Amino acid sequence: MPLLTRKSNRARNRDGGKHSRRLSRTKPTPRRLNQPPIITVNDATVVYPGGHVALERLALEIDRGEFAFITGPTGCGKSTLIKMLIREIEPKAGNVEIAGKDINAMPADRTPYLRRRIGTVFQDFKLLPNRTVYDNVAYALQVIGEPRSQIRKKVPEILRLVGLQAKIHSYPDELSGGEQQRVAIARAFVNHPPLLLADEPTGNLDPETSIGIMQLLYRINRTGTTVLVVTHDREMVDKMRRRVIALEAGRLVRDHKESGYHDESTKEFAARVRAEMGVDQGDANGQAGDDFFGFEH
Amino acid sequence: MGRIGFFLSEAFRALRRSAAPSVAAIVTIVVTTLLLGVLVPVLRASESKASEVREQIGLEVYLYNDASRAEIDSLQRKLGAVPHVDGVTFCSPECAKKELAGELKGDLAGSIDELNSNPLPPSFDLSLDDPDSLEAVRAALLPPNSAGKPTPISAAIDPPIGDSREQANQIREVTGAVKIVLLVIAGLLLVASLLLVANTIRLSIYARRREVEVMRLVGATNWFIRWPFMIEGVIVGIMGAGIAVGLLLLGKVTIVDPLADDFALVDNLSTTGFVPLVAMLVAAAVFVSAVGSGITLRRFLRV
Repeated sequence: MPLLTRKSNRARNRDGGKHSRRLSRTKPTPRRLNQPPIITVNDATVVYPGGHVALERLALEIDRGEFAFITGPTGCGKSTLIKMLIREIEPKAGNVEIAGKDINAMPADRTPYLRRRIGTVFQDFKLLPNRTVYDNVAYALQVIGEPRSQIRKKVPEILRLVGLQAKIHSYPDELSGGEQQRVAIARAFVNHPPLLLADEPTGNLDPETSIGIMQLLYRINRTGTTVLVVTHDREMVDKMRRRVIALEAGRLVRDHKESGYHDESTKEFAARVRAEMGVDQGDANGQAGDDFFGFEH
Repeated sequence: MGRIGFFLSEAFRALRRSAAPSVAAIVTIVVTTLLLGVLVPVLRASESKASEVREQIGLEVYLYNDASRAEIDSLQRKLGAVPHVDGVTFCSPECAKKELAGELKGDLAGSIDELNSNPLPPSFDLSLDDPDSLEAVRAALLPPNSAGKPTPISAAIDPPIGDSREQANQIREVTGAVKIVLLVIAGLLLVASLLLVANTIRLSIYARRREVEVMRLVGATNWFIRWPFMIEGVIVGIMGAGIAVGLLLLGKVTIVDPLADDFALVDNLSTTGFVPLVAMLVAAAVFVSAVGSGITLRRFLRV
């Protein structure tokens, strides 16, 4: 399925109400041989005005359906990489391909359509403070011209998925940090993008809430969406046992793939990570609403 | 359609929420429109007064009292043939006396009747098609003779040839100066208010840059982001212009119209078409605020 065409976008939206059911049954998508990786970075170099080299000849590939981490110390170019992937920054040399398409060669007016196919989550949530949870999520659909009937159906659905159905009319400042991040994830995922980028999604959250957020991202990953998480939380990354790409001073210094954990259910995943991090399952602040869907336990 | 409804509701939501900048923008528009609404008619009135004065400039050719009927007729034909002369009117001593009586009015008018004889000479009033050709016409009437001395084209003419130039020039200079001053003031006001409007819009957009950031993040096209802001600008423009027009109308009805009967200049002012003026002001206000927001947004839309 071509990633960047509007047709595929509409076709995806059409299944509307059924995705929650699909969600619980989908297995991680096996990579098909004829499909290009969802992200290909070809020797990209990013230089900021003033001469600071943020990324230097960075080359990496991320396959469809992967759950990968980007780690590294502050200033290593993690956030620059995210910005480059949504074409907020253009590399000085090299290029970025999303689903086999060179996004730097695209005309500038196609950039919004690229961003509709990539969900983004940030450390500071980037919610609109004057809108309710519902309106914040609905906004992403209004912007791409979704009919109102679809919005009315999809928004409560995705909010149930992230476990916030009770807070649908709350404003962001009435929510905890973990809940706000869930709203942001709902907004990023309501459109069912094939790729989700998260820039320090747990940077402002306590460990238990962070696990809840990771669990949610993992569940989204299990629907077939590629998830790329930028974080400097080494402990979390180590316990998750997923692919880890480490950057340092704009260069790739480690790309480590761990195997054997890809078939975990979200519950198993959360339980294991909790156990390994020594966090008790008590506070349900970061907890998603599994039971509403009967997710595989 | 749904999309237009979305734009409208976004624009109104923004207006409601950022009430202070919106009010500032509206007040700016009101003040500018008001000033323009007062200055434009004043400018046009002074313009029409000046051209009225210019049209009145003419020459008076006095004749000797003993000029014969034949001389007068032939001179009239000659005068009519001089270039730039638009009209030739003969004024007999009786006609001159009547005009003088008309100008003097009151007691003095009665005193003219007490004169035993009429001391006023017959004359021709010449009107010109172009006030600037005054000198040329005068020269044509008094061509120099062989000795280089100006000599009238007819023996009936009693030189010198009078004109209303002095007085006309004075009026022309004054109205010209007034016009320039008003134009400069209007120009400065316009520039100042344009900058004010642009600044107000920039402030309100800056206050909402986070919203713009989120819109771009979820894949809104640039025009999609721009429309609510431009609609907001149009609404601000319409409200500002509406208030200003209301105030202008109030001023016209309560101040200008009662005075119009007494003062010619004021009458002139109020007859300057109110409807086209209003239409122009509203269009300008809406245009400025809509385009202003559109342009200001460009800075925030760079990909």
